[in-house]
Amino acid sequence: MKRENIIRIGLIVLVVLVLAILNSTLGNYQLRILNLAGIYVVLGLSLNLINGFAGLFSLGHAGFMAIGAYTSALLTMSVAQKQSNFFVKPIVPWLANIEMPFLPAMLIGGLVAAVLGTLIAAPILRLRDDYLAIATLGFSEIIRVIFTNTMSLTNGALGLKGLTRYTNVPYSWGIAILTILFMFSLRRSSYGKAFMAIREDDVAAESMGIDLFKHKLLAFTIGSFFAGIGGALLAHLMGTIDPLMFRFLMTFNVLLIVVLGGIGSITGTVISAVVVTVAMEVLRFLDGTIDLGFMVIQSVPGMRMVLFSILLMLVVLFYQNGLMGRDEITLDSMGKFYKNKIKKGAKS
Amino acid sequence: MSILKTENITMRFGGLTAVAGLNLDIAEDSIVGLIGPNGAGKTTVFNMITGVYTPSEGDIFFDGNSIKKLKPHLITKKGIARTFQNIRLFKDLTVLDNVIIAHHLRLDSNIFSAVMRLPDYTKKESAVIQKSLDLLEDVGLMEYKDDKASSLPYGKQRKLEIARALATEPRLLLLDEPAAGMNPQESIELMEFVKEIRKKFKVSILMIEHHMQVIMGVCEKIYVLDYGVNIAEGSAFEVQNNPKVIEAYLGVDE
Ligand SMILES: Nc1ncnc2c1ncn2[C@@H]1O[C@H](COP(=O)(O)OP(=O)(O)O)[C@@H](O)[C@H]1O
Ligand SMILES: [Mg+2]
Repeated sequence: MKRENIIRIGLIVLVVLVLAILNSTLGNYQLRILNLAGIYVVLGLSLNLINGFAGLFSLGHAGFMAIGAYTSALLTMSVAQKQSNFFVKPIVPWLANIEMPFLPAMLIGGLVAAVLGTLIAAPILRLRDDYLAIATLGFSEIIRVIFTNTMSLTNGALGLKGLTRYTNVPYSWGIAILTILFMFSLRRSSYGKAFMAIREDDVAAESMGIDLFKHKLLAFTIGSFFAGIGGALLAHLMGTIDPLMFRFLMTFNVLLIVVLGGIGSITGTVISAVVVTVAMEVLRFLDGTIDLGFMVIQSVPGMRMVLFSILLMLVVLFYQNGLMGRDEITLDSMGKFYKNKIKKGAKS
Repeated sequence: MSILKTENITMRFGGLTAVAGLNLDIAEDSIVGLIGPNGAGKTTVFNMITGVYTPSEGDIFFDGNSIKKLKPHLITKKGIARTFQNIRLFKDLTVLDNVIIAHHLRLDSNIFSAVMRLPDYTKKESAVIQKSLDLLEDVGLMEYKDDKASSLPYGKQRKLEIARALATEPRLLLLDEPAAGMNPQESIELMEFVKEIRKKFKVSILMIEHHMQVIMGVCEKIYVLDYGVNIAEGSAFEVQNNPKVIEAYLGVDE
């Protein structure tokens, strides 16, 4: 085995160890944040694939998450749970008696999101992808309206309650790590390079023989799949889902993570996902009443989002590269950094 | 044997006829020039051949088959590659990656094997990397392989664009003003380079040039366009002494 591979595996083992220690020492509240961070890593990376690799602009992430969340929830709920949830209108018969373990339910959630992603993106990508942002935004709102009204399928505005909370650290971070590895491997591959060629210059990419439609659709489909997986994880962390959860705000959060981390950077997105998730919790006090000692600011719900929106605008205006630009923290770059430090240390 | 033939191709943009009834006939293994003043319609001809525009009239045959209705990526697959008048490299990617990407269309591996790095894919991938390195060696860009494409000096970017086009394994190479922005010395070197390419890669070449002098010594046949109309064709000598050509280039300094 090559030395790099040994270091890579060592690094993964180290991360797993740290997560295991956190898992057994943190309290419930902190564990929830840790899980949430893992889920946002998956979500951020999926949007980063669509937006940062392939250069497509999608605003429909919440819609695909909703599909993954509802599909997986309906599949994991027991017959009795379904009966008690659907008390206004009974659930459609073909769903009433299905019950399966979390993992296959989550995968199916991802697949359904991917299929719908393909169906929505195909007609648009064939025409002009400028409209993709608007169409996906519209799509995710439509999904929400549909889910609010299909009582016998989704229980409408009442949502689904009492889901088993399968999502734990092994699930959320296990899938986050798999997603990270997937993204690195994809980007290194011929397909990942083709995606980036399209992002850099689609006219030149097409004249190099790259089928623009096929590749854009592929990137979008894979991105939708991971959005669905993220939605499934989120549903089984919260234990409750309803259509309101998947408003545009959800897409905005993911977008924020990608932009802050550096559109196109995998490590940037991962770091940003963790930092933003933790910051959202830490800054929760901003939404409440703040007592500064000499004055009291009455509670303004949504204050946190104002802060994050301002941050987003500042990044877009003055620091488009975000945290990492398109660069990565890799073994190479770490090695160089370390060597420079040693050199500096030797001089002083 | 001709490799490319256009029959009366015409391109209209609204009221403007950019190219009017052009007949090109490019023999296999030849270097052919397409010259004319600025705005004559030369780039438009390339855009029609490569499928960026569909001709308003006429037809285009590559190897005897019509390619008029094909999309650009399929035309590349059939064996026509091009460079652009305003260099269009993948700027943020490395020199090596620029060339590797051009191999993607002939890789013939699905995304699953590619991401999972199954043996069937990794074998093809190492072959592509080797081919790309060989190509960079051939065109003298090996030492820049890990640099960002946009960091290369201008002349080297032009060369990289040609190398990238060659990586798609074309039988016909279209070069759009490859010597633009070069001084006379660099232009001469580039023309030598073009001759070498033809031999080494066994491609036919159709080359646009704005300055007549640059390609006089290289092309076996030259077509002259003026306001979209083919006003002359023939050897360098014939074209140079054609009164219509002299007139078209009169009043055009440089
Ligand atoms: N997409 C387009 N839409 C409208 N007019 C165009 C388009 N492309 C080229 N033209 C016009 O066609 C004419 C020929 O342009 P071009 O082929 O670029 O000339 P050349 O390459 O010989 O300098 C010009 O008048 C140009 O403005
Ligand atoms: Mg031109």
